Amino acid sequence: MRSGLYMLPVLVFGVLALFFLKGLGLNPREIPSVLIDRPVPEMTLAPLPGRGDSRGLDTADLKGRVSVVNIYGSWCIACVQEHPYLVEIKKSGTVPIMGIDWRDDPVMGYAWLKKHGDPYERVGVDPPPGRTAVDFGVTGAPESFIVDKAGIIRYKHIGPITPDIWTRTLLPIIRELEKK
Amino acid sequence: MRYSLLASLVLVLAVTSPALAVNPDEMLKDPAQEARARELGKDLRCLVCQNQSIDDSDADLAKDLRIIVRERISAGDTDQQVKTFVVDRYGDYVLLKPPFKASTLVLWLGPFALFGGAVALFARFYRRRKAGAGLPAPAPLSPEEQRRLDSLLKESRQ
Amino acid sequence: MIAEIGHFALVLALCVALVQAIVPLVGARRGVDSWMAVSGPASTMQFLFIAIAFGALMNAYVTSDFSVMNVAQNSHTEKPMLYKVAGVWGNHEGSLLLWVTILSLFGFAVTLFGRNLPPGLRSRALAVQAMISVGFLLFILLTSNPFARIEPPPIDGSGLNPILQDPGLAFHPPFLYLGYVGFSMAYSFAIAALLEGRVDPAWARWVRPWTLAAWIFLTCGIVLGSWWAYYTLGWGGWWYWDPVENASFMPWLAGTALLHSAVVVEKRDALKSWTILLAIVAFGFSLLGTFLVRSGVLTSVHAFATDPKRGVFVLGLLVLAVGGSFSLYAVRAPAMKMGGLFAPISREGSLLFNNVLMATGAATVLLGTLYPLFADALNLGKVSVGPPFFNAVFLPLMAPMVVVMAVAPMMAWKRGDLAGVLGRLKVVAALALAAAALVWFLQGGSAGPWWTAGGFALAVWLGLGTLVDLGGRIGLLRDPGRALGRALRLPRSSWGMVSAHFGLAVFIVGLTASSAWTIEKIQTQAIGETVQVGDYAVTLKAVETVPGPNYTAARATFDIARDGQSVALMQPEKRQYRMPPRPTTTAAIRSGIAGDLYVVIGDEDIKGGFVTRLYYKPCVLWLWAGGALLVLGGLISLADRRHRIGAPARARVAGVGAKA
Repeated sequence: MRSGLYMLPVLVFGVLALFFLKGLGLNPREIPSVLIDRPVPEMTLAPLPGRGDSRGLDTADLKGRVSVVNIYGSWCIACVQEHPYLVEIKKSGTVPIMGIDWRDDPVMGYAWLKKHGDPYERVGVDPPPGRTAVDFGVTGAPESFIVDKAGIIRYKHIGPITPDIWTRTLLPIIRELEKK
Repeated sequence: MRYSLLASLVLVLAVTSPALAVNPDEMLKDPAQEARARELGKDLRCLVCQNQSIDDSDADLAKDLRIIVRERISAGDTDQQVKTFVVDRYGDYVLLKPPFKASTLVLWLGPFALFGGAVALFARFYRRRKAGAGLPAPAPLSPEEQRRLDSLLKESRQ
Repeated sequence: MIAEIGHFALVLALCVALVQAIVPLVGARRGVDSWMAVSGPASTMQFLFIAIAFGALMNAYVTSDFSVMNVAQNSHTEKPMLYKVAGVWGNHEGSLLLWVTILSLFGFAVTLFGRNLPPGLRSRALAVQAMISVGFLLFILLTSNPFARIEPPPIDGSGLNPILQDPGLAFHPPFLYLGYVGFSMAYSFAIAALLEGRVDPAWARWVRPWTLAAWIFLTCGIVLGSWWAYYTLGWGGWWYWDPVENASFMPWLAGTALLHSAVVVEKRDALKSWTILLAIVAFGFSLLGTFLVRSGVLTSVHAFATDPKRGVFVLGLLVLAVGGSFSLYAVRAPAMKMGGLFAPISREGSLLFNNVLMATGAATVLLGTLYPLFADALNLGKVSVGPPFFNAVFLPLMAPMVVVMAVAPMMAWKRGDLAGVLGRLKVVAALALAAAALVWFLQGGSAGPWWTAGGFALAVWLGLGTLVDLGGRIGLLRDPGRALGRALRLPRSSWGMVSAHFGLAVFIVGLTASSAWTIEKIQTQAIGETVQVGDYAVTLKAVETVPGPNYTAARATFDIARDGQSVALMQPEKRQYRMPPRPTTTAAIRSGIAGDLYVVIGDEDIKGGFVTRLYYKPCVLWLWAGGALLVLGGLISLADRRHRIGAPARARVAGVGAKA
């Protein structure tokens, strides 16, 4: 018993060390979304001027089929990286992508789409303070959400979509949801 | 002492311009409501900064959340309702003071359990020392010795 | 060429450290004097080689040699000389080099001043020091070489973050490292004692000055860092319970506990295994801090370049150093004989009680700091543990400690007279309660926070209690005529204790008042407009552009008036640095005993007004004064004859008998 007490420090430290080892493989900055398996937030977003839409993006647009909601902004550097691939997806007609122009001057948001291509079926403008983005629990751009036929958010991807992430992670989820 | 310790030196601070967190144009007219918003802001974590509250951060998202918190307050929400509003969107992670629930039981009760454990050890330590500080306990008195002791005690009492 | 010499010197230092880690240890085990004697020259050589390496890196910074990648990434020709020098440790690789430089400096100091140490203890302690050196030198050479070249060299460097270009911060890391690494001495002596299987009052005598020195440096480092944060970051915050701050606070708590328990070992030959444990824990916390900071397992405001390879390496070091020594402890400590007896109500008892509270406090900080990691690793979800948690849990734990701090120094060793001591403190208790009532009344009852009264009561209790104890020691009331003489003859360590304990009381006043009663005014102010902040009328007079050495500043001039009388002009700046291009704000602060006026200038708005942030922060100066008194107390105590490192060993041992 007595020597058991003297074992305590090394035991406690051993447990700590195991946690540290595990911690090295974890990313403390990665925050999972709490919106998974919840309906998409209510929204009625204004159209992007110049794009020729009569309306922007509504909650109803995300029901009845599987779709992807993509948060972008003309100020967003990482968005430039994923954008060509989004345009490719649009061409392939796999799944409709809805854009939300977040925290942006809509004129710039449109000019940016003209320059880099427009992969979106519908685009809604979410001006500061980005109420819809906050409703989506957005922390930065680009972020993408997969929404199922019933309008329930099923997956969130933080950061640019690369061909690899698309084919390995996102596309299988979309296919699975389309089957239901 | 925010950016202070060794690491601070070690790098690319995520901070651009310090101090410019809450701006006059965001503030509520009613000082009582504004004070509530400030207090709430101190308890909510800025999600894009490393470890700052939205009240301290000049990040755009922090500013948005400050404005939205103030909108909720103006709309008549209680402090708890505002927190619930933000937690519904970003999870418990935004709360700098973690809620008391099953997953944080160890965090909240741990320190007091530690203190209790330490006091118990403390008490044990003294009991053990009192019991003879590791020396073998004295052998019990023989009947002869006991008789002598009793008689001595009796004498001293008279 | 010089950089290559530096690199080569590090490799040589590693070789020497390897020899120093093995030969003396084997010698001590087998009792071969000549092998044990290797430790002296080896630690001198190790220090020389590492100093050459440090000098080589310093040279690269001072001469702006951008062919060295580390210099190119962190320096710039335009940077003032002070920051070129400070730039050496303003990055991961250079700060590690500073770490081992200080480590070898301490080893060298042992050979220099430790001639009177028993040869077995000295050679074992130096061997343990060398083991730590080996670990860190390998870490530098394998993962973080500061001398790596870059081809072709850039024309100019990328510069140092302007926020870090500040004299307070230039000296903050060296002090912290002197503290962290200083605890390695206590650690090495503890391991040496476990290996020898003997801990006695003489051991505590040898360890205390080293621990005290480390503690002074660490306290200095923490206070400097807080002070720097207070005046640079522009909102007057000075402590945020950030993981990296906690990483410096935990060794401080453990080190403070160690200083106190070492007194018990020295005077009463008791609490030995506990003291050994604390010595390991204090340095273990320092290493843990290094791990947390450089591995990226936690998020911190101090964003650092993290690298999993480095993380694994430091974790390995941590496991070897702390896991290894705790294992040794588990095997050897139970055999340690219990020393002098004492009752719970005694000097030893109260020191032990406060040790327990400090250890619990350190464990609480550890738990809060690591909890996000625990929760994540166990899939309990991501949680944040911020200042509100620590304030709610840590501070209440410390309150009873402060209560006992006033009582403990008056207790007799072995068995104290609690009723007698409390009798002497009756007046102090009454005054503490009166202070609480007064504070409550002045802040308008529940108009202010509820804990202010408690904070002031504790401060008065501790501050006056410490003075009453001092008065008792010099017989101020008993025999006032000879009090001065007695005061002069009082051991310096007693004066040190008085200064440090009084310093904490002063600190508590600053902590309580500045966190409870800060006045904050944020607004857009036009030129000529006046804003009332507490007793001060603050008028924005002008904003002009002024050039700096490597920045351009918008400098505002405020007129400060009190009761209609202009008392000062204050000039805060908003600076735009050129390399790296980054804005910073420089607050103007007018410090006083009653409080600081803190003025910050922000952006210009469309209508020509300026965003201004004006604060009145009561008693902030008391925080720094309290910190300074802590450091002063440490210094006075270090100057105590009995701690003088060069004092003959026999005199010390004799001193033990005389004192006890």
